[in-house]
Amino acid sequence: MKLIILNDYDQSSEWAAKYIRNKILMFKPGPDRYFTLGLPTGSTPLGCYKKLIEYYKTGEISFQYVKTFNMDEYVGIARDHPESYHSFMWNNFFKHIDIKAENTHILDGNVKDLQAECESFEEKITAAGGIELFVGGIGPDGHIAFNEPGSSLVSRTRVKTLAKDTIMANARFFNGDLSKVPTMALTVGVGTVMDAKEVMILITGAHKAFALYKAIEEGVNHMWTVSAFQQHPQTVFVCDEDATLELRVKTVKYFKGMMHVHNKLVERPPSMPKKN
Amino acid sequence: MPSNKSVSDAPITQFINCRILRDHCLQREDLWVRDGKILDPEKLFFDEHGYADKRVDCEDSIIAPGFIDVQINGGYGVDFSQACEDVSSGISFVAKKILEHGVTSFCPTLVTSPLDVYHKVLPQVKVHDGGAHGAGVLGFHLEGPFISVEKKGAHPEKFLRTFKSSGLGYLMETYGGLDSVAMVTLAPELDGSQSVIRDLCQKGITVSLGHSVANLSQAEEAVQHGASFITHLFNAMLPFHHRDPGIVGLLTSDQVPAGRTVYYGMIADGIHTNPAALRIAHRSHPSGLVLVTDAITAMGLPPGRHTLGQQVIEIQGLHAYVAGTKTLCGSIATMDMCVRHFKHASGCSVEEALEAASLHPAQLLGISHRKGNLDFGSDADLVLLDDTLNIKATFISGEEVWRK
Repeated sequence: MKLIILNDYDQSSEWAAKYIRNKILMFKPGPDRYFTLGLPTGSTPLGCYKKLIEYYKTGEISFQYVKTFNMDEYVGIARDHPESYHSFMWNNFFKHIDIKAENTHILDGNVKDLQAECESFEEKITAAGGIELFVGGIGPDGHIAFNEPGSSLVSRTRVKTLAKDTIMANARFFNGDLSKVPTMALTVGVGTVMDAKEVMILITGAHKAFALYKAIEEGVNHMWTVSAFQQHPQTVFVCDEDATLELRVKTVKYFKGMMHVHNKLVERPPSMPKKN
Repeated sequence: MPSNKSVSDAPITQFINCRILRDHCLQREDLWVRDGKILDPEKLFFDEHGYADKRVDCEDSIIAPGFIDVQINGGYGVDFSQACEDVSSGISFVAKKILEHGVTSFCPTLVTSPLDVYHKVLPQVKVHDGGAHGAGVLGFHLEGPFISVEKKGAHPEKFLRTFKSSGLGYLMETYGGLDSVAMVTLAPELDGSQSVIRDLCQKGITVSLGHSVANLSQAEEAVQHGASFITHLFNAMLPFHHRDPGIVGLLTSDQVPAGRTVYYGMIADGIHTNPAALRIAHRSHPSGLVLVTDAITAMGLPPGRHTLGQQVIEIQGLHAYVAGTKTLCGSIATMDMCVRHFKHASGCSVEEALEAASLHPAQLLGISHRKGNLDFGSDADLVLLDDTLNIKATFISGEEVWRK
């Protein structure tokens, strides 16, 4: 596991975006070789998306040969509802870049047979050759995607009932009206994310500090589903100073001491096209 | 770029590098067009897996809905009220010319005229869409002849009329038909006007109050019967008086039925209305302000003597007078000039200035479901402007029809 500690939200967003950029560039994607990227929604990854859009606009990267798979989507809200994850992805990422619609995959929470939708999503991931890099964020209760506390750590894509905490946290997006907040979602399973070659988790802000502590300093626990990635061979946690508040000084110092090594991962690769 | 044939036969255009006027504010968004209509790119992406066939780089322009002029008497030497055999080609000529002012649709306006003019001119022109041939015609605006003698302005007195019988019969007899009529300006104090207003509104024709000595209660009664516009506010009506504000009082009247808006035309050429009066109107009722040019024959022509209807007029600088008098008889302003002057004089936002020439006239005519905005599904009638609101290009149904 790598723990990347940056000063603030903007720096951690930029670090994460550069890491993704380099992963795509070094993969050398092409018509017969798509880079598969798992993507989250929510406020945490927004800064990272902004940076990726910037890299696209300056000609550093293209998403022409990238396939994306989103982690989750609500059940039963219209696709064009401003709070749907389809809308989120369109407004904050897809409409700004050169990705083709047929290469993006977001679970459809409005189909009749939700279970079949989940199964077909897993099949699509398999057909694409699995996920190269799965990017995720977490909730303050340590949930990854909508794998709420208590979710099986080997779970696959499925229908999930949201925890009360999540519903209350989301109410702010629905005019504070609890009755309007979706109570169910489709989500990739912890196992689905575990299958990715590499996982990057973004954690920022003091309110996520306890979750980060649970994720990396305590044992694997299905009540903090993100802790499952302790068992993943290639996981990068990218966080800001605030998110480290509950960590031991020893842990923080150890990983900060390695930043000069880790920062090499986000240097501009020599093969990268020049900025316009 | 690959062809989009798999998605639809019609090509898809994406206007990039622009700020578009949507939901009353300028937003940094791309504008997508297919089949002459504004397209929802999110639906295109998720439902059709489609993308743009063509990108138009707008070089950081503002994109606003095409301007709509509901009062224009002519221009470039053409007078719509002249009973010539070929008014329709005159209207087509002006329709093409005003594309450079950002006008994508308009109401050719006839001033008070003898019956044979109405009978000759009206059947010649049908309501039609705009295109490369020129701005679209939304229908005639008939200003008169049912107006006040005292406030006739430049209208020839001998052709003024009153309602000889109630209902539309006499009106039909005068005009010869209402098929291509979008708006009628009349004086509500004339006997029988209220039933005419009601009947016209029922036929979907907008009724405007103007060239009138009506007091406020007469004006309010007209609005209650369906009138929704005031022709060139302040001009050719009683001046504002604090005990009877007259037609001007409609701007702040509490007798306007709930859910209705009274719109008012403003000739924002800096001549017909003092900037302070323009500000009074704008600040008291911003959502009703409709910019009109009231342009006459001489718009686009050099100074000198020209013909308007049955009269001779004289152009001096930006003024157009009845020849030999100091009576204003219409303007020689262009719509883009009016937008700029309105913004400058009122201190309003860019958005407000643009909406006064697009959204508001569309709402007034009841066509805001397809014109006057850049909502998904609306006609792709567009103007590209720089930050000082000079027109850079005009599009109708997504096709470029004029470029500087």
